[in-house]
Amino acid sequence: MSLTLPQVRRVAQLARIEISDAEAETTLGHLNGIFTLIEAMQAVDTNGIEPMAHAQDVAQRLREDRVSEENRREAMQAIAPETEAGLYLVPKVIE
Amino acid sequence: MSHWEVVIGIETHTQLSTRSKIFSGASTAFGAAPNTQACAVDLALPGVLPVLNRGAVECAIRFGLAIGAEVAPKSVFARKNYFYPDLPKGYQISQFELPVVVGGSLTIQVGQGDKAYEKRVRLTRAHLEEDAGKSLHEDFHGKSGIDLNRAGTPLLEIVTEPDMASSAEAVAYAKALHALVRWIGICDGNMQEGSFRCDANVSVRRPGEPLGTRREIKNLNSFRFLQQAIDYEIQWQINEIEEGRKIQQATVLFDPDTGETRMMRSKEDAHDYRYFPDPDLLPLMISREWVERTKAAMPELPEAKKQRFMADYGLSAYDATALTAALDIADFYEAAVVAAGRNAAKPCANWVMVDLAGHLNKDEKELADSPVSAAQLGGLVARIADNTISNNIAKKVFEALWNGEGQTADEIIEKQGLKQITDTGAIEALIDEVLAANAAMVAEFKAGKEKAFNALVGQAMKATKGKANPQQVNELLKKKLS
Repeated sequence: MSLTLPQVRRVAQLARIEISDAEAETTLGHLNGIFTLIEAMQAVDTNGIEPMAHAQDVAQRLREDRVSEENRREAMQAIAPETEAGLYLVPKVIE
Repeated sequence: MSHWEVVIGIETHTQLSTRSKIFSGASTAFGAAPNTQACAVDLALPGVLPVLNRGAVECAIRFGLAIGAEVAPKSVFARKNYFYPDLPKGYQISQFELPVVVGGSLTIQVGQGDKAYEKRVRLTRAHLEEDAGKSLHEDFHGKSGIDLNRAGTPLLEIVTEPDMASSAEAVAYAKALHALVRWIGICDGNMQEGSFRCDANVSVRRPGEPLGTRREIKNLNSFRFLQQAIDYEIQWQINEIEEGRKIQQATVLFDPDTGETRMMRSKEDAHDYRYFPDPDLLPLMISREWVERTKAAMPELPEAKKQRFMADYGLSAYDATALTAALDIADFYEAAVVAAGRNAAKPCANWVMVDLAGHLNKDEKELADSPVSAAQLGGLVARIADNTISNNIAKKVFEALWNGEGQTADEIIEKQGLKQITDTGAIEALIDEVLAANAAMVAEFKAGKEKAFNALVGQAMKATKGKANPQQVNELLKKKLS
């Protein structure tokens, strides 16, 4: 399978990456290269093999339900571009 | 008029009552100053890793057991990718292909009185995920303010099959689910604070046709809005189709001010979440032993309790349902029965549902703040059962208990001299006085007017200030007049 230009633009839009027409062309080439690799993998017979969710066959460790973090707002907000009234300020977004 | 069938499925986000977040050790307490409970993991600073909260998993197991579902021995966390400033990682950690709870069902009671019926709503799944933060769009000179205290709060998203056929059924389901999650102690159910929010998927079709195209109403945080939004949406969809237009799949929002739903995004703008297993988290393994241990610690469930109330206390299905609407009501009732004695179980039910509920309602109090305790109420009912006081006098005693005029019903009965007069001689003397004072009525009765008898009973009760047993008065009066 190979991708089309509109699909590349759609993926770019989903990832919020601005690409020019020329970049879209180059990216299409790169992605199709990756798809060739994927196709090679798809050709392997995986019948009867349970899909893995992780490369290692181990289980998730759990932590006890205990509050272990303190308020470090000042330190966190010292590295933020803009804050006000304890809030992080970002360009206006309304969906 | 042509008939339409309505098909509704509901997704509910329940905030789990853990102390800390699902993947970090930050507090989940409500109402803290902005960003004071948002740690490096919640902020998605570079290099941090999520570690799953055992308490959140325990909540999911409890829920699975409560609805008779399968608790998955292995489930997997996935990344749901989208961009929004209150989601700093650029993805929400959720579960996709392998959720922690699969299947199950919830029995709901719809309607009241003769038209009431029961229905079983099948559940598709329930999965663990993290909540996002909050965006504030006002007053920041053209910018949005972000509070990440809520980011990472554990949620259990509970999804039904499209099994509901009206707004009434949808509300009955939401109420039953709300009661259940509180009952098993996994969610505080506070809808104002957003602890329990519903999305409704609504479609209509003509009978026999395949499913219609659905529109999803997002974020309904009250039962009233749920009902209003669905009713509006159903009518809107029917009008569209009858006017020859097609329903387009969409996500809509309900505006409580106008009572209307309006489009938030169409199918074309729908998110493509590109789910994939989160490489930061290993599969969640839940052992049979863990499930069994949790099962042993579960409270008796509402349906089982209801059946037991009917079998053990002789309650009607209606009464048993009302008394098992919430765990605190059921516990209060049983404690009252313990104090009153098992043979007074039925009157206890009436006192809890009528007098106590009425007083709580009037004073806008919660059961937890009731001035009359279960032991006090049971003590009162016991005195009616053993004929120390009549039902009418008991209402006065209840009033006195409510107003804190005494510690026990016995104390009030004693102090206010409310004990029923059972001494036949005393009652007879009073009746003689009544008969003498009401010779006209006596004559009427003897002339065949049955009504006069009731009037005489009334006079006699008045003379005893309500303290005589009405049945006893009745009998004595009959004897005197015959």
